Amino acid sequence: MKVTLRVWRQPGPDATGGMVPYEVDGVTPEMSFLEVLDTLNERLILAGDEPVAFDHDCREGICGACGVVINGRAHGPERTTACQLHMRAFADGDVIDVEPWRASAFPVVKDLVVDRSAFDRVIGAGGYITAPTGSAPDAHATPVPKPAAETAFEHAECIGCGACVAACPNGSAMLFTAAKVVHLNTLPQGAPERESRVLDMVGQMDAEGFGGCTNTGECAVACPKGIPLTAISSLNREFLRAARKSA
Amino acid sequence: MSPKTSPAYAHYTEGEPVADAAAPPGDIAERWDRRRFTARLVNPANRRRYTVIVVGTGLAGGAAGATLAEQGYRVVQFCYQDSPRRAHSIAAQGGINAAKNYRNDGDSVHRLFYDTVKGGDFRARESNVRRLAQVSVEIIDQCVAQGVPFAREYGGLLDTRSFGGVQVSRTFYARGQTGQQLLLGAYQALSRQIDAGNVEMHARTEMLDLVVIDGRARGIVARDLVTGRIETHLADAVVLATGGYGNVFHLSTNAKNSNATAVWRAHRRGAYFANPCFTQIHPTCIPRSGDHQSKLTLMSESLRNDGRIWVPRAHGDARPPNAIPEDERDYYLERLYPSFGNLVPRDIASRAAKNVCDEGRGVGPGGQGVYLDFADAVRRMGRAAVEERYGNLFEMYERITAEDPYEVPMRIYPAIHYTMGGLWVDYDLQTTVPGLFAVGEANFSDHGANRLGASALMQGLADGYFILPATLGDFLARHRPGQVSPDHPAVAEAVADTEDRLNLLLAVDGDRTPDSFHRELGQLLWDECGMARTEPGLRKALERIPALRDEFWRRIRVPGSGAELNQSLEKANRIADYLELAELMCLDALHRAESCGGHFRAESQTPDGEAARDDEHFSYAAAWEFTATGTAPVLHREDLEFEYVIPTQRSYQ
Amino acid sequence: MPPGLPTVAVMALTTKSASRTTAGKPAAGKPAAEPARPRRYPPSLPALLWHSTVGKKTVLAVSGLIMLAYLVAHLVGNLKIFFGAEEFNDYGHWLRTLGGPVLHYEWALWLIRVVLVAAVVLHGVTAYQLSRRDIAARPVAYVHKRRRTSYATRTMRWGGVILGLFVVWHILDLTTLTVNENAQSGHPYENTVATFSTWYGNVIYITAMLALGLHLRHGFWSAVQTLGAAGPARARALKAVTDTSALLLTCGFISIPVAVMTGVVN
Repeated sequence: MKVTLRVWRQPGPDATGGMVPYEVDGVTPEMSFLEVLDTLNERLILAGDEPVAFDHDCREGICGACGVVINGRAHGPERTTACQLHMRAFADGDVIDVEPWRASAFPVVKDLVVDRSAFDRVIGAGGYITAPTGSAPDAHATPVPKPAAETAFEHAECIGCGACVAACPNGSAMLFTAAKVVHLNTLPQGAPERESRVLDMVGQMDAEGFGGCTNTGECAVACPKGIPLTAISSLNREFLRAARKSA
Repeated sequence: MSPKTSPAYAHYTEGEPVADAAAPPGDIAERWDRRRFTARLVNPANRRRYTVIVVGTGLAGGAAGATLAEQGYRVVQFCYQDSPRRAHSIAAQGGINAAKNYRNDGDSVHRLFYDTVKGGDFRARESNVRRLAQVSVEIIDQCVAQGVPFAREYGGLLDTRSFGGVQVSRTFYARGQTGQQLLLGAYQALSRQIDAGNVEMHARTEMLDLVVIDGRARGIVARDLVTGRIETHLADAVVLATGGYGNVFHLSTNAKNSNATAVWRAHRRGAYFANPCFTQIHPTCIPRSGDHQSKLTLMSESLRNDGRIWVPRAHGDARPPNAIPEDERDYYLERLYPSFGNLVPRDIASRAAKNVCDEGRGVGPGGQGVYLDFADAVRRMGRAAVEERYGNLFEMYERITAEDPYEVPMRIYPAIHYTMGGLWVDYDLQTTVPGLFAVGEANFSDHGANRLGASALMQGLADGYFILPATLGDFLARHRPGQVSPDHPAVAEAVADTEDRLNLLLAVDGDRTPDSFHRELGQLLWDECGMARTEPGLRKALERIPALRDEFWRRIRVPGSGAELNQSLEKANRIADYLELAELMCLDALHRAESCGGHFRAESQTPDGEAARDDEHFSYAAAWEFTATGTAPVLHREDLEFEYVIPTQRSYQ
Repeated sequence: MPPGLPTVAVMALTTKSASRTTAGKPAAGKPAAEPARPRRYPPSLPALLWHSTVGKKTVLAVSGLIMLAYLVAHLVGNLKIFFGAEEFNDYGHWLRTLGGPVLHYEWALWLIRVVLVAAVVLHGVTAYQLSRRDIAARPVAYVHKRRRTSYATRTMRWGGVILGLFVVWHILDLTTLTVNENAQSGHPYENTVATFSTWYGNVIYITAMLALGLHLRHGFWSAVQTLGAAGPARARALKAVTDTSALLLTCGFISIPVAVMTGVVN
């Protein structure tokens, strides 16, 4: 296969960027999308050019480091991460546009690399259960009903890749924030901080400059882990509940 | 043949033995309690005056950073990723062991201790392993309190499963994402401390050297990967939680950017490196599909509980698997190991796969694969039950290979997965450089020559949450806080070393990419220091590696500058260290003329081809002292004594 | 940066001195206190509603639902036009005497108007503020254009503006009778027929009702989601209710000009 990648190149945070086309030959359907970028980079280095900078690490779809917008879709045409997207999803001769996540809360660092530290600060604001090491009671002290445990798990699967923000026309981080709030607020262990958690996380989310949710549902479509859109409804409910209680 | 007279030993000299002076004597069951009692404490009011550097934010580092900050120390923490949540612990699938005995199936702290020492093929230190088993119980409590969503039964209590061929169900799990959930728990605890101002977090910052002043670790040199700035951070103690060095093989199940630079730089500054040849190969990985392959993906070993492993009887049988009749298939694990069958330990399953592939009976591209077949399981339990247990793994496999494992047998092949070797540490997890501690996979302490399934998560969290915070306090209490000047010549020297090295990498401007060297080194190591090692092969590798290193420094090409985000520079710098570490691994493998655990020397096997341990000559941990690049290192042995678990030859037949 | 945010670590220097460790040293003899949890917003209901995006969305949703409730009542009243001038005009008169004799003439009507104006203002202001924020959160568009989301979702903002302008015209036309030629106060039936006897009256009205349908189609579901009442179990039912009610309201309102045009009402 031979494909043309049109890649967003931007030397630094304040530099202007633009799309640059590259033809990549010798692509096989078994290659992952990032391996095509690897192949391109090997060629660029030998040609004396700067390789394309992109975030990636585990390459098995769990660390959340990778993430590029491929043909206008976060992580590309399939519901997975860019590292787990294989070239069999494309055809010989395709022209593929590759862009970084776009959101004011995720400024571009270089090429396809963006700064997602805003997510860390949202978690730091309340996305935890205060349980200092050594203070825990026996694990069986509090049984957790299986459905609650399942709900918590399904929302805890979020990998923090930022695809939801990239896909949202408002650059909103509601799905990300909702996933953590639902995970922790569903568990009995999370109950003591239930109200402060949601208020502080939403506050931090707003302070980071993420947009609001207009319920377009784009985030849940882009999410490689299938965090459901109803999580946002649950977040809203938790927020209003906490707001009422704090009044 | 005695080690002293082995011809291989021309490559190193032998120094004084090294001993663990930190573990208290007496009954092994009371050692940890006694150590905690004898440990000096830092007055809570003074803790804020001590700065601790923690490098790495995986299970061990994240847990340590959070816990030390909770205790009141000032923590400065680093990770090369853009967020502490991305450390590669996140990719662990299977589960975490703990001797809770919730199943009432005969488990106990002592049994976990016993299983781990035996599973490690009697090359681990008894005191450490006993403590690990003891602490395992608290880990589960801690994680549940943090909100880790472990699998539960309908009664609301925790579910467990049996894992890695042990006979008790002591493995706690969160579907196939246990590592992710445990890491997020530690990350959230760490994030809380970052938010509270107790941890100063430096993401996208990579440690490039250790600062040692007057024989004591006092800080690190790090590079801000975004701006390229070289920074020095000074502290009262340094904790390395930087993971293993499996990426020296290029293709492994490690994350692409996991690397050995921190531990190797520490080794160069005086920390002994123990048992570098103890690497673990995981039998159930997805085989490589071509030269473009950038990394390998592991699938949980739990697949072997119900899948049957086979290859065609005939050499070069190219028929599709479903067209091969039952009597022309060789279920070789069931044939060779009738009592354990497909559930033999990882090293045995891996080696058996290699053997059948070497015979020319491998399947798939390049003949580097064996079948893992679920047809029987689907017939026996029904598709729904198989889906319930392995659905997510099957999806992952299908996503990568575009083959449906319900219809066509999976293809698997072993891959480098974990490194048992690492920085030598005593019972306090302190290296031979005072003030430098190593936790998690970065140290060598608990797994001996082979790690059991679901034990890596246990060790990382035990070190990070419970052990290091107790022992580090003792070290700090013995030293006054602060008192080191950033103008010390040792600081300037470490910075200059780092800058020179990076500038040199940029200046060579040769004609080979960093990846091309990495691939070549990885292939060489996989061939000669992989699943089966021979003296001629290792000697060949020991000749080739210095030549390759030479070539690297003549022909490497790193584009761009050091003053920006430069991923090629990061990579080249890591590969430069792999080229030194690989040599030590081969030397260690050569000197250890026995087979044990993950280290299989073809010269040392039983008549039926099993690993033959040589306790008379090799019942020790090999701690290597660095001298200079390309110069013979010094071997310090730590003799291992087994008072509680008497060494026996493993048998799984 | 708002107060209370942790300062983003600025990688300043090349050498960090260990003497920094003494900064923030606690008073002797007291354990290092855990810093107070920073508060992102003042803990009062009005402040939370007004300052946070989720709170503003709640205001948007509630004000929208108030207007929707009014629209349902309005439609029921409008449909009385099919029963003739007398009944329709009587209904118009009843609206003014509603609540009597406790309430004075038109008091109830003015109460409704005040609530409605408040809802319109809050709806408009929060929508404007949220839109500005949303646009600022995504300053750079993707080069690769792709149609995102449904038509109803994409037209919320401009649809809202169209509806706002329509409301102004509608009041001038049938409440104050300013723009309605041949209007007579106290004769709503005749005035309505007069409006729908002009081509532009029909065009403006029907266009606005189609916009209303689209606005409701996303808006109602969105409001329920915002108020936290959209659970996984209810998702499908909710979608169905949304679509049906949007369709009924639009068709109901449009039936009146159609009836005038076709001579069913004259």
